[in-house]
Amino acid sequence: MNKKELGLGLLLLVISAVTGVINPAFLSLVNLLNMANLIGLFGVFALGEGLVIITGGIDLSLGSMFALLGVVFIDLLTTYQVPWPLALLVVLLGGLLLGAIQGFLVTRLKMQPFIVTLCGLLIYRGAARYYTSDSTRGFGYGDEAATLSSIASGHVAGIPNTFILLIILALVLGMLLHRSVYGRWLYAVGKNEEAARFSGINTNMVIATAYIISGGLAGVSTVLFVFYTNSVSPSSFGNFYELYAIAAAVLGGCSLRGGEGSILGIVLGTALLQVLQNLVNILGIPNSLNFAVMGTVILIGVLADHQLQARRRRKMALAGLARTAPRSAFEGQQGAAPRGVDALPARTGDQA
Amino acid sequence: MAETLFELAGISKSYPGVMALDDVSLHVYRGEVLGLIGENGAGKSTLMRVLGGVIAPTKGVIRIGGTEHDRLTVNEATQAGIAFVHQELNLFENLDVAANVFIGRERLVGGPLKLVDDAQMRARVTPLLERLGADFTPDTLVDNLSIAERQLVEIAKALSIDARVIIMDEPTSSLTISETERLLDVIADLKAHGISVIYISHRLGEIMTCADRVVVLRDGRTVGELARDGLSHAAMIRLMIGRDLKALHTAPKRPPQPGGCDIVGLVTSAFPDRQVDLSVRHGEILGLAGLVGAGRTSLARAAFGIDPPLGGEIRIDDAPVEVATPRDAIRQGIYLMPEDRKKSGLVLELPIRENVTLASLLNYARMWLVSGPAERKVAKEQVRRLSIKVPSIDMEAVTLSGGNQQKVVLGKWLSMQPRVMFFDEPTRGVDVGAKSEIYALMRELADKGVAIVMISSDMEEVIGVSDRIAVMHEGSVSGVLERPQFSEYNVLQLAIGQTPEAVEAAAP
Repeated sequence: MNKKELGLGLLLLVISAVTGVINPAFLSLVNLLNMANLIGLFGVFALGEGLVIITGGIDLSLGSMFALLGVVFIDLLTTYQVPWPLALLVVLLGGLLLGAIQGFLVTRLKMQPFIVTLCGLLIYRGAARYYTSDSTRGFGYGDEAATLSSIASGHVAGIPNTFILLIILALVLGMLLHRSVYGRWLYAVGKNEEAARFSGINTNMVIATAYIISGGLAGVSTVLFVFYTNSVSPSSFGNFYELYAIAAAVLGGCSLRGGEGSILGIVLGTALLQVLQNLVNILGIPNSLNFAVMGTVILIGVLADHQLQARRRRKMALAGLARTAPRSAFEGQQGAAPRGVDALPARTGDQA
Repeated sequence: MAETLFELAGISKSYPGVMALDDVSLHVYRGEVLGLIGENGAGKSTLMRVLGGVIAPTKGVIRIGGTEHDRLTVNEATQAGIAFVHQELNLFENLDVAANVFIGRERLVGGPLKLVDDAQMRARVTPLLERLGADFTPDTLVDNLSIAERQLVEIAKALSIDARVIIMDEPTSSLTISETERLLDVIADLKAHGISVIYISHRLGEIMTCADRVVVLRDGRTVGELARDGLSHAAMIRLMIGRDLKALHTAPKRPPQPGGCDIVGLVTSAFPDRQVDLSVRHGEILGLAGLVGAGRTSLARAAFGIDPPLGGEIRIDDAPVEVATPRDAIRQGIYLMPEDRKKSGLVLELPIRENVTLASLLNYARMWLVSGPAERKVAKEQVRRLSIKVPSIDMEAVTLSGGNQQKVVLGKWLSMQPRVMFFDEPTRGVDVGAKSEIYALMRELADKGVAIVMISSDMEEVIGVSDRIAVMHEGSVSGVLERPQFSEYNVLQLAIGQTPEAVEAAAP
C-alpha cells in the first residue's frame, strides 16, 4: 500500500466517522450493506476503466454498453426464452467483442481513444433505443432467470454478492496488474510507449487487451445492473456511469496521462464516491447537490495529489541537479540545438 | 574592408566537464557570406546560440553597433537584426505563410478587440515572397509547402524584421540539387542587398560556391580563416581535422571470427531509393560514421524492426532472418541501444530493476507471474557488472546521471544473449569517465563474439574505438575503411560523398 492509497483510505475512514457521528444511521448494518452493494456494482467496471486509463486512454462507452447489452440480455431471456447460461455468455462475449473493436481502432488504426469511445457511447445508445423502439424492457412475471437473479442480487452471510464479486475480481486483476508480466508491460506502455516498443513489447497487444478486459467487465456489470433494476429503459439505463468509473479511477490515483494507478486505489475511489452519495442522503443535504459534492471532492483530491507530486519532483530535481550531465556541448545533438535557438528566454534556463 | 556589423571576441562557454567554446572570436562584415565549418561537435551550433541570445557565454564580449554586451537576450539579438533559418524548420504547419512570418508580431485591427489583420499581413508578405522568387502566395498553408519553400518562408520572416545577418544552419541538408541552386541564388541576392549570411554547412562544395570568407572551428576553437581566393576542399579539410586519434584504440583480443551479420540491399523508409550493404563480423566493432541525416539511425531502426525495411535482407551467420518488429529482432539476438535514451531507451519513472528486466521479463516469470527474487537477482547482477553507481535497484531511472542511465539501457540487453548490437551514439551526453567504461564494455562484448555496430558522430570515438569504419552518405554506404586507412580526412571525404578511390589514393 503506497502513500496515495493510505491517504485515500484515511480520508474514507474520516469521512465515514464524521458522518457516523452526525447521523448514526450511516453506520447501521442496513446502510453499510446497501453501500457495499453499490460499491460492488460500480466497482466492477471501474476496474476495467482503470486499466484503460493506465494505458493512457479512456473508455467513455461503458454506460451505453450497459444499455445495449442489457436490452439484448433481457430480450434473449424473455422474448426468445434462451437458457440463462447462454444469455449470460452472449452478453459477456458481446462486451469482449465491443472492447476488442475499440481496442483495434485505437491501436491498429491509431485513432484517439476519446473519439473512438465517444462514438461508441453514441452508437451503442442509439442501437439500444432503436432495437427496443425506445421502450423499457423488463422481466415478466415468469422466472426466466431466477437462478442467475439470485446469484447477481443475492448475498452470502448478509454480504451482497456484488461486493464479493468485486473483491474477487479486484484480487485477480490486482495479481494481473501488480504481479504479472502483462501488468508490468501495461505500466511501461502507459508511461513511455516508445521505450516499451524498443524493448520488444507488443504495445498494440498490451493496449488492446486493456480495452477488451474493460469490455468484458462491462458485460459482467450489465448483468449485475439488470438484476439490480429488473428492467432496462434504453434511453437512461447506465447514463453517465462511465463518468463514475473515470472519477473513481482518478480519485484512486490513476493519471489520465497514463502509467499510474492501482487496483486498490480504484476500489477505494469507488468506495469514496458511494460514501459521498450516501452521505448526501443521510445528512439531509439536498439531493440536487449530489453531483456538486462529488465534483468538489474529486477536484480537491486531485489538486492535493498534484501539489504533493510537484513538491516531490522539485525535491528530486534538486537532488538530481548536481549530477545532471551538461545538456550538450555537442553539436551532434542537432535535435535539441536548433529548436533551442528560437526558444523563449524563459526556457533557456535548462540549457545554461 | 566594409563596415563590421558585429563582433564576438574571446567567447568561451564551458559546461561541467566540457569546454564547448574556447576563446572564439568572430566578426561579420556587412553584405558578406561567411562560411562556418567544422566537424560535428566543433562548436558551431553553440556559437550560433550565443549569437542568437539563447545561451550566455561564460566569458567574452559581443560588440554590436558600438555597444558591448556580456551576453545577448533573444530580444536583443532580434533587435540587432540577427535571424535564423533553422535546420529543422520552426514553422507552424497549421498556419498560413503570412501568419508564420508575423508570428508573435501580429498586425491588429479593431482597436480594443485586437483582431488579427490578415489582409494587412498578407499584403506585406507578398513583396517579400516576390523578391525571393517564391511561387506560392501568403495565404498558402505551410503544411502544403516543400522543405525548400518553407526555407523561403523563414527567409521572408527574417527579411520582415529587417534582418542584417541571417544564420543558416545546414540549410541544404534536405534539399534537391535544383532547390540548392535556387537557395544559393537567393543568398547571392541577399548579399547584393547588403544583408550578411552566416552559412553553416558540411557541404564544402556549396561553401566554395557562395562564401566570401570561411572560418573553421575545431574542438571549440577557431583554428583558421580562409579568404575567398584561398578556398579549396583540401585546405578546409586540413583545418577541420588535425589530431592523431588512433592511439586510443584497444586492439581486439583475437581477430574477428567468421560469420556475423550481413545487411544486403536493405532499403529503409527514410531513403526509399537507396540500398545499404553492410557486414559486421563476430568479435569486431564496426564504426558507422557519416553526417547527421546520412541514414545511419534509419539503418539501425530498420535492422531492429522499429521501421521495418522496405526491401533487402538481413543475415546472421549466412542464415536470413525475418525482422518485422523489435520482438523479432530481439528473438534473433539483434539489440539496439537507441540514440535518445530518455525517449526510447528507458521508462524514466520506473525503477532501475524494472528497466533492466523490461525486455526479458518473461524469462523471470512463471505462468506470467513475475518472480521478484529472480528479477532482483538479474538487476543486481547487471548493476554490479556494469558498475552502475546507485544506492538501490529500486531507484527510479530518472534520478541517474546520463552515463549511469546509459548503462541501465545496456544492462537491459546484456541480461540476454546478444549476437549483434547496434549502439546509436552510445556516449552522447555522457561524462568522460563513463565514456571510457562504455568503450571497455563494448570491447568486452566484442571479445565475447558479439558483432557490434557503433553509430557515432564523434570523430574521436569513431577512430579511437572502431576496428573498421563504414561511412554513410545520403542513405547508402559510401566506403569502408580498414585501420591503416583510418584518418579524419578519409572519413570526412567519404562522409561528403567523395569516391572511395580518392580515399585509397590518399591513404598512407
